[in-house]
Amino acid sequence: MPIRIDLTRRRLIAGLMGGAAISALAGPAAALDVSAARTLVNHVVDAVNQIINSGESENKMFADFEKVFATYADVPIIARSSLGIAARSASPAQMKAYTEAFQGYISRKYGRRFREFIGGKITVTGAKPLNSFYEVLSTAKLRGQQPFDLRWWVSDKSGRFLFFNMIIDGVNMLATERTEIGSMLDQEHGNIEKLIAKLKVSG
Amino acid sequence: MFSKISFPAPRRQALLAAVLLATGLAGCAPAVAPGKINDPYEAQNRENHAFNIKFDSHVLKPASQAYGHALPGPVRQGVSNLAGNLALPSYVANDLLQAKFAAAGQNTLRFAFNTIFGLGGLLNPAGALGLPAASNDFGETLYVWGAPEGAYLEVPFLGPSTQRDLAGTVVDTLADPVNSILPQNLRGYPTAVDLASKLGTRYRYNDMINSILYGSADSYAQERLIYLEKRHHDIGMPSPTTNFDPYEDPYANSN
Repeated sequence: MPIRIDLTRRRLIAGLMGGAAISALAGPAAALDVSAARTLVNHVVDAVNQIINSGESENKMFADFEKVFATYADVPIIARSSLGIAARSASPAQMKAYTEAFQGYISRKYGRRFREFIGGKITVTGAKPLNSFYEVLSTAKLRGQQPFDLRWWVSDKSGRFLFFNMIIDGVNMLATERTEIGSMLDQEHGNIEKLIAKLKVSG
Repeated sequence: MFSKISFPAPRRQALLAAVLLATGLAGCAPAVAPGKINDPYEAQNRENHAFNIKFDSHVLKPASQAYGHALPGPVRQGVSNLAGNLALPSYVANDLLQAKFAAAGQNTLRFAFNTIFGLGGLLNPAGALGLPAASNDFGETLYVWGAPEGAYLEVPFLGPSTQRDLAGTVVDTLADPVNSILPQNLRGYPTAVDLASKLGTRYRYNDMINSILYGSADSYAQERLIYLEKRHHDIGMPSPTTNFDPYEDPYANSN
């Protein structure tokens, strides 16, 4: 009996020490993750700054923005979250077609917004953990306008560091798209095939 | 602050009514589940929204296009600067009501600088010196004082608001220090400048506003969400509906 107690105590101490070691590791690891998230957004911002100052045609810019989205954003999770509960009843083939259509839609829609940044510049100013992910802060300075803040939510839960949300001057892109895609689906009476067809010509 | 500015009696009554509207009505509004938008008057709001869309497409948008095409960019910028400058005394009043003394100082300095060195506010030399406006309003004051937001409202002509913000707008309009300072025969001037500046804003953000009002599947729901998000951001109120992690709850239903 005393032996068992002793074992338990030893295990407990070992466990506590292990825990301490893990939390000691977690500090620098979290710092590394914040910097990885920041690096990702630096890449995005560099790419966006280049596009908005390239003087390219609208269609070329949209194609460039789509490339940025496909490379640095977690498009499948943004697409699925925007679809909400309807994603649960969609077939894998439907989800694939929907995600592709969504990528084009979102690139055109936000490409148009970013296109208004022509001649402007986005600068990354900081990064911090937020809830279960990371928030990277940046400032957009546009011509003849007060600067506004642009925040990026980054996660590595897909296996890589990718951004899954943008907060443009306080307005949450993911929340906006959940409302919009939800409204579109309602208009199509819940028919996901019709939603996909509509997304291809929207944005 | 208000005791220093004297209001005619009807105005004071309207002020009182507006504050009661914010604190009283908001207090009576039914409790809302967390994560849901508080919109018990949605049916009426949607009617007002349909009216506002008609008003925009038939009046505001064409007028803003005429305004934008008639006046060159620098003139429109001057009008916008004037309106921004005339808004500053009201910001200062609200800064003081919220004990935000640094912002009060910044806005006062900006007002003095642009009024004196910027041709009465037509130019914005303070902006070039890195002295931006810190916007403020009575809706934010009510938030800081602890008044609940109340229900979402879409108001004819005014657009999206909430019970708290509408009360704030009423108070800001009636209690604008600029109107109390200006002589009687100039009282219309700030309103005219403000309306012209609003046309300029409608013209400047034409593409973005059109995409929300005319390009959305449900422009009412889009405008409601965007207004609330931006508003919460501006007054420093934590966003009650949208702070979620899609990796943890990818199938969560939208509002």
